[in-house]
Amino acid sequence: MKKTTIMKGAALGALLAGSALVSPAMAQDSIYVANNAYRTGPFSGSGTPIGDGMRDYFTMLNERDGGIGGVKINFEECETGYDTKKSIECYEQAKSKNTVIYSPWSTGATLAAIPRAHIDKIPILSMAYGLSASADGGQFPWVFIPPLTYWDGASIMVRHMANELGGMDKLKGKKLGLIHLDAPYGKEPIPVLEALAKKYGFEVKLYPVAAADMQNQGSLWLSIRRDRPDYLYNQGWGAMNPTAVKEAIKNGFPIAKLVGVWWAGGDDDARAGGPEAKGYKSLNFNAAGSNFPVIQDILKHVVDKGKSLAPKEKVGENLYNRGVYNSMLVAEAIANAQKISGKKVVTGEDVRRGLETLNITEARLKELGMAGFANAVKIACADHSGHNKAYVAEWDGTKWTQKGDWMDPLKDEVRPLIEAAAKDYAEKNAGWPKRAEACEKSS
Amino acid sequence: MTDATLRPAPNLLANGWVKAALILAAIVAAAMVAAKLDGSGTAYKVFIDPFVQMVELPDLLVQTLWEGLVTGVLYALIALGFVLIFKASGVFNFAQGIMVVFAALTLVGLHEKGVPAFLAVILTLGVMFVLAVTIERMVLRPLVNQPDIILFMATFGITYFLIGFGESVFGGNPKQMIAEQLYLPKGAIDLNILGGRVSLQKIDIAAAVIASIMIAALALFFQYTRIGRALRAVADSHKAALSVGISLNQIWVIVWFTAGIVALITGIMWGARSDVSFALEIVALKALPVLILGGFTSIPGAIVGGLIIGIGEKLGEFYWGPLIGGGIESWLAYFIALGFLLFRPQGLFGDKIIERI
Amino acid sequence: MFYREAGQYKTSYSADMAVFPIWQDRIGIAVILALAFIGVPLIGNDFFTTTVMIPFLVFSLAAIGLNILTGYTGLISLGTAAFMGVGAYACYKMTTIFPNVNIIVLILVSGLFSAAIGVLFGLPSLRIKGFYLAVATLAAQFFLQWAFVRVPWLFNYNASGAIEVPLRSVFGIPITGATASPETRYFVCLVLVVVLTWFASNIVHGRLGRSWMAVRDMDIAAELMGIKLLNAKLLAFAVSSFYCGVAGAMMIFLWYGTAEAADVFSIRLSFTVLFMIIIGGLGSLIGSFFGAAFIASLPTIMKFGLPAIGIPLSGATAEHVTFMLLGALIILFLIVEPHGLARLWQIGKQKLRTWPFPY
Repeated sequence: MKKTTIMKGAALGALLAGSALVSPAMAQDSIYVANNAYRTGPFSGSGTPIGDGMRDYFTMLNERDGGIGGVKINFEECETGYDTKKSIECYEQAKSKNTVIYSPWSTGATLAAIPRAHIDKIPILSMAYGLSASADGGQFPWVFIPPLTYWDGASIMVRHMANELGGMDKLKGKKLGLIHLDAPYGKEPIPVLEALAKKYGFEVKLYPVAAADMQNQGSLWLSIRRDRPDYLYNQGWGAMNPTAVKEAIKNGFPIAKLVGVWWAGGDDDARAGGPEAKGYKSLNFNAAGSNFPVIQDILKHVVDKGKSLAPKEKVGENLYNRGVYNSMLVAEAIANAQKISGKKVVTGEDVRRGLETLNITEARLKELGMAGFANAVKIACADHSGHNKAYVAEWDGTKWTQKGDWMDPLKDEVRPLIEAAAKDYAEKNAGWPKRAEACEKSS
Repeated sequence: MTDATLRPAPNLLANGWVKAALILAAIVAAAMVAAKLDGSGTAYKVFIDPFVQMVELPDLLVQTLWEGLVTGVLYALIALGFVLIFKASGVFNFAQGIMVVFAALTLVGLHEKGVPAFLAVILTLGVMFVLAVTIERMVLRPLVNQPDIILFMATFGITYFLIGFGESVFGGNPKQMIAEQLYLPKGAIDLNILGGRVSLQKIDIAAAVIASIMIAALALFFQYTRIGRALRAVADSHKAALSVGISLNQIWVIVWFTAGIVALITGIMWGARSDVSFALEIVALKALPVLILGGFTSIPGAIVGGLIIGIGEKLGEFYWGPLIGGGIESWLAYFIALGFLLFRPQGLFGDKIIERI
Repeated sequence: MFYREAGQYKTSYSADMAVFPIWQDRIGIAVILALAFIGVPLIGNDFFTTTVMIPFLVFSLAAIGLNILTGYTGLISLGTAAFMGVGAYACYKMTTIFPNVNIIVLILVSGLFSAAIGVLFGLPSLRIKGFYLAVATLAAQFFLQWAFVRVPWLFNYNASGAIEVPLRSVFGIPITGATASPETRYFVCLVLVVVLTWFASNIVHGRLGRSWMAVRDMDIAAELMGIKLLNAKLLAFAVSSFYCGVAGAMMIFLWYGTAEAADVFSIRLSFTVLFMIIIGGLGSLIGSFFGAAFIASLPTIMKFGLPAIGIPLSGATAEHVTFMLLGALIILFLIVEPHGLARLWQIGKQKLRTWPFPY
């Protein structure tokens, strides 16, 4: 008894000492990139393919090119389980290891990281998630939300609706339903949809889904049957999406009028509905499929060598490709930072500058092997999202296909709302630092 | 003659049901009056309008009731697993939710590995049996005679372990339930009643039927078999059962295995309705108000409780939810259960709590 | 040899009833406090302070709160997280309404709001008992969580729907907000926890605490002995919720910074705190600390500590292993010592008394 107690104590002591010693990475010949992922927990279904995509792209860069600009990337994944407490721990670890960029990968984690990052000087890349207001670079110099925000997404949904109906003036008197997760993430599009509804004379109906009832949406869809909205926009996540698709089919809602935000566009989400899910739509900003040189390179250098965690058939799925896209943005930001600063091993401050002047043109995408995989992305000093284009993807029964052209968000409507919200944020967070970082001359 | 006149008039108020009915009637009357007096129309929206809707759109009412019924049956299935274990071993088994997920994942996982569907079911049952034996050996036997809360806590340990184990074996991806391979029906029956379309999913009908068959089978098993009698004896008193030569260990394995079977069937049904993922574990929490409403020790209680909660929360969400922004389903069940508990603190069918000094 | 009470005579009842009757105990507590106030800030880096120590303190306070209700009064509550949430939101609203009041005062006052809500949801406890009472507290949990999302007034109509912690300073030192250093936040947490634990210790050793324990052991008997059940149970709810509320306010203001609070104060947190007191020891203040250390800090230490001492575990695998290990440890501890870590502690002390010559 005594002996085991002592041993237990010793083991615990060693552990404690170990965790106290998580020390800054000393290696100067590599760039440390921290990245959150959630391969566990209730949202792991979406988190796993994204995590695989992000990881594989960096492994591929290291294998094929020997890193970025000749510097190896030390890519480390931190498991959050989509839990804010764990993501704060991950943030602290990333900070202690001098990460050059931090991808929080959940709205809650982003919100918690934003105030810290402005003190710790760590750029945050919340790729099309997080706080929409952070697109205002004037108030949030350290947060980046490319290629577009949820508010842009909602405005694209309205444009899509208008396109199908035959013009913005046809929106009058229509009903748009918003199914959303009953959490800050799900409620993001509400202010924009309400502002647009006022302007164009359509009606917005809200259908909240509590996190505990994600797989139990029966009564909500009865309300949808009663209200008969013309279109439905689904701001859902995780197990909520396949359930919504199934329920739409079950309740006879025309599946072609159900459009999900980009996070509701997983292959598993649509596949759940079986053949009847054909026609389900979601917004998107990356292409699905593996017919791109970049995915082929990943297959060649990573997957075939057994260095990937993803099964081969999952490579090229929509969410996997989105992970690749996220890593591409990080890699491009680092490359751009190397160019601006002239240093090989860049710091967080350099990467922030790199992100702020990020301009990925079509030509550059072609070089990356991503022609047709994504659209051009441009971020500016004041505009940290770029309000870039997105398109509507359609599920054809087996895979996602592009339907219709890339669409610009209604920037004129969204931008003032973002600026107002950013100002409001700075005011409410008393002591919010004024932007001290100068804009790059080139932008 | 004299007897009858001498006997005091029975105090009707002493009966909880009568009291509840009177209070309900008073509330209804007050609501009607309030609706009449209130100028802003809020009271009308709360007290009158939902009922008007029910009458005007009877098809939606029927559909809501049906939804409530099916969800109720599924809640009851989860609750049943809890009740079985609680009755026989006095353990409040928090791990039932994760057992549902675990069973369903094993089934789907085995099928993905190429095992034919029905063989996979049998193998899954085997896994659940092994699980039952393991739990009995590793957890229950060393903890015999401990207070309830300690055993309750131990099931938390089981939950954690199964989450970690399940995720590392099967991964966190949501999986499709192999409903077709198990010959579960697909599609819906559309009925035209009362001037509207009511659609009944075949899978829901199957769920209700299978649940009923299983409950009936369990009832027969408890009533007429030797093991069933032993189970009931154990439920009454551990010591007395031991003294007549019933092996507690054996009974516990059987009970946990039975709960495992129930978990598998629940997993198949919920999985076919949405999909199989760890998020299902959260749904299992809904079994708590069901249990409390029905009483921890009663199988009929679990069923009736499930139906009341299922129908109650669907009606509430559908007709009253929009008034306060919707999404009230998450807590309504608990308030319904609370309301019942205030009149019957031991649940509808629970054993009466007798306290002695 | 070193730890025995021989020769320490008591001359009054109060000396005999003291919380630390032996001078070795008093030295021990002084050493622990010195370590906490001086040692930890000296040795620990920011990572250790923010991810291990502050969470430990916050959870300890929440566990003390729940222990007062469940361990001392015998009322099971699964609504701890919701009561913590009430504290956090109350504190947030008050920082907006009274921007010039000392933030530490506000954190303490927010506990009062939580206490009021706790009493409200504690009313059914007079009629409902045991596991059945859990439903009343679950109703609180789910209802309040819903309200946190659905009542925009609570989060000042923020577009993000989250509590955004503003900068507040005391004597020019930032305490909350992003500029507050981890050490400052740690010190504030530590002082609050030490003071409140001292309070709790006095309450549970006093008249009120003894009436709670009487209610726990058998409420009818307690009633016959003249303890007013209504007062005792509702006071337990009030005091417990006060502690939980303060812990909740500390959690958001001194630890998380900005948080999607409705997601933080979910049912999982309620369960976590319940684990803590059961593992730590029901009806024991020291047990609350042990439980918090075990449940809150152990996974963190395992996750980040194992790779640091050379056991490589990556991402998801580490998480799975942590889950399995934690589950197995819970069961193991319950088998070895069902009365919690506090009981192990007591046994250890008992053994020490006779060491090195046990009889």
